[in-house]
Amino acid sequence: MTVDTKDVPTGLRWRRAPRRAPLGPLDYTRRWWMRLLVAVTFLLLYAPILTLVAFSFNDSRRNIVWRGFTLKYYEKAWNNDSLIDAFTNSLSIAVINTAVATVLGVLAAIFLWRFRFPGKAAYEGFMVLPIVIPEICMGVAMMAFFARVGWPTDLPWPFNLTSITIAHIAFSFPFVAVIVRARLVGFNRELEDAAKDLGASDWRALKDIVLPYLKPGIVAGALIAFTLSLDDFVITFFTAGPDTITLPVKIFSMVRFSVTPEVNAASTVLIVITVIATALAMRFQAPVRKLDSNEG
Amino acid sequence: MAEPPAIISVQGVSKRFGGITAVDRVSLDIRQNEFFALLGPSGCGKTTLLRMLAGFETPDEGGVLIDGQDMTDVPPNRRPVNMVFQSYAVFPHMSVFDNVAYGLRVANTPSGEIGERVHEALAMVRLSEQAERKPDQLSGGQRQRVALARALVKRPKVLLLDEPLSALDAKLREAMQLELVRLQHTVGITFIIVTHDQHEALSMANRIAVMEAGQVRQVDGPAQLYEFPGSRFVADFIGKMNLFPARVVDRKGTELMVEVEGLGRLTLPGQAPHLGGPCGVEVPVGQDVGIAVRPEKVHIHSDGVPDGRIALRGRVSEVAYFGDASHVYLRLDSGQVISANIRNETRTSDPSVRAGEVLWCSWDPKDTLILDR
Repeated sequence: MTVDTKDVPTGLRWRRAPRRAPLGPLDYTRRWWMRLLVAVTFLLLYAPILTLVAFSFNDSRRNIVWRGFTLKYYEKAWNNDSLIDAFTNSLSIAVINTAVATVLGVLAAIFLWRFRFPGKAAYEGFMVLPIVIPEICMGVAMMAFFARVGWPTDLPWPFNLTSITIAHIAFSFPFVAVIVRARLVGFNRELEDAAKDLGASDWRALKDIVLPYLKPGIVAGALIAFTLSLDDFVITFFTAGPDTITLPVKIFSMVRFSVTPEVNAASTVLIVITVIATALAMRFQAPVRKLDSNEG
Repeated sequence: MAEPPAIISVQGVSKRFGGITAVDRVSLDIRQNEFFALLGPSGCGKTTLLRMLAGFETPDEGGVLIDGQDMTDVPPNRRPVNMVFQSYAVFPHMSVFDNVAYGLRVANTPSGEIGERVHEALAMVRLSEQAERKPDQLSGGQRQRVALARALVKRPKVLLLDEPLSALDAKLREAMQLELVRLQHTVGITFIIVTHDQHEALSMANRIAVMEAGQVRQVDGPAQLYEFPGSRFVADFIGKMNLFPARVVDRKGTELMVEVEGLGRLTLPGQAPHLGGPCGVEVPVGQDVGIAVRPEKVHIHSDGVPDGRIALRGRVSEVAYFGDASHVYLRLDSGQVISANIRNETRTSDPSVRAGEVLWCSWDPKDTLILDR
C-alpha cells in the first residue's frame, strides 16, 4: 500500500504521512488494538490513584461529588497529631531500615560474588526467599517470632520501633542484595586485579574500584529499600504495637471509620514520596533495567 | 659479551586447576632489558604463567625469582612488576590522569612528584592532550596507552603484557607493535608479552618461548625459531611449513639419504645446523623422521631447474593471491601437495603459474629441515 503524497493537498499531507510505510511485523505500537489495550491498562492502573489524588483537594466531607478546590484537608492532616506521629514513625523506620538493609545487602552481594563456599547456592536461594514469600506469612512469622522471644513492647520512643525495623530490614535487604549482585555480574574482574597490580590492598581495591562501580546499584537498592519500608502495611501491621503506628497502618485505621479527604491527603503525601524515591531508583539503576520488575 | 643477568627466573613451576595441568614444570630465565614473548595456542598455559609472574596465581610447585628475590608467596601489590591487562582494565570512573596516578597515590607518593611523573608517563605514550578525558571518550588504542602509562609510571622492573594487541584492528596493531618496541627501548626495562599471534612475537621479541600444553617447547630468538625449529610442533605452529613423513635409509659421510613418502629418495647435507629436532646431528639409519621446508624457500620454474636443488614436478592445483605474494599449491603425481610462496615482483606476474599448469618446484637441500615425525 503506497500513497502518492504528491497529489495530496499540503494541509492533509501530515495526516497521511504516518501511513506511508506499510505495517511491519513488529510495529505493535501502530496497531489500533494494541494502542487500545495499552490505554485501557493505564486507565485501570492509574484512574483510582488519580481519583484519590484529585479528591484530596475536594471541598467536601465525602468522596463522591466534586465541590471545589481546597487545601484544608492537608491542613487538617497536618494538625492531626496521631497522623503526624505515625508519619514520623514511618520515616524513622524507613531511614534506619535503608541504612542497615543497604549495608547488609551490599555485603551479602559482594560476599556471594567474591567467594566460593559450600552451600553457596542454597544460601543464595534462602536469601531471596523474603522476596517471594507472601507478605502475610512473613507478617505472621514475625509476630510469632517476636512473641516467642518476648521482645519488649513498652520501650520509650524510638526504641519501641525496633521490632518493626528489624522486620523491615529482614524483607528489604534481599532486594538490595539482588540489585547489587546483578550489577556485579557485569564487573570486569581485571579492574580489581589492575588495582592490586598497581599496589592496592584487597580493601583498597574494593573501596577505590569495586564500590564506585557498584554505586548506581547501591543507590537504587537503598531507594527501593526506603520505598518498601515506607509503604509496607502487612508486615508492619503484625509487628506494630498500640504505640507504634506507622502511616500506612494509621491510614488503614482511619479508613475503617470513613474515607474522608484527610485520608486522601495523607495517602497522596505517601504516594508522592514513594514515586520520587522510585523514580530516583530507576534513574540510578538504568544500566540494569531488567530488575525493575523486582520492585513490586 | 657476557650474558645479562636473569631478571626473572622461573624454576620448575606447575599450576593445576582441578584436574587440568595449566602449567607443567616450566623453567625459564628471562634476562634484563629483554623483550620476551610467551607464544602458544590458546589454552597452552601462557596467560597462567604470566599471572603467576604478576602474583595473581600461586604455583602448586616450583618458585619464581624476580631480581634474585623469591616472589612465590608475595602478593601482586608487593611485586616489582606491573601488568597491562588484555581488557586494558582502565578504571572507568577516573580520568586518564587519575588512572595513571592511581598506583602512585596508593603508594603515598607526594602529590608534586605524582603530577610530574604522570605527565612524564603520559608524554611517553603521547597522551598528554587527553589527560582530563574519561576512558569512555577514548579510542581502543588510546585506552591501551593509558594502561601502558599506568603500569610504566610505577617504574617496574618488568612490564607484563597480556595479549595487549588482540583487541585492536590490523593497522593499529602494526603501529602499536612498533610503539611497544620503541617504548621498551626508551624505558629500558624487561617486557614480557603473552600472545597467540606469531607475527607479533616474531616482529617484537628478542626471544620467544613457544608453549604447548603447559610446557615450554623451545626458547630462541625469532630467526632461530623460524629457521631452525626444534620440533615438529614449533615448525608447524610458527609460519607455514611443508611437512612430509620420511625415513633415514643411509648415511654417506656427512650426507644423509632419506626416503620421503611421495617424494622419493633425497640426499640432504647431514650437518648441523641444518638439522633440527630431537634427533640432533646423529640421526641413526632407519629412524622415522619428518622432512620439512618453508613455502618461501620453494621456487617455481616452468623449466630448467638449476643444478644442486631438489626438484619435483607437479600440477598447480590452486593459486591464492595475497597482493604482495601468491601461494601456489602444487600437486605431485604421488598426490602430495607442496605449497610455494612466490613474490609478485612485477605487476604482470608469470602467466604460466595458474591452476592446471604442470610446473617444477625446487629448493636448496640446505633449506630442508629434519624433524621428529
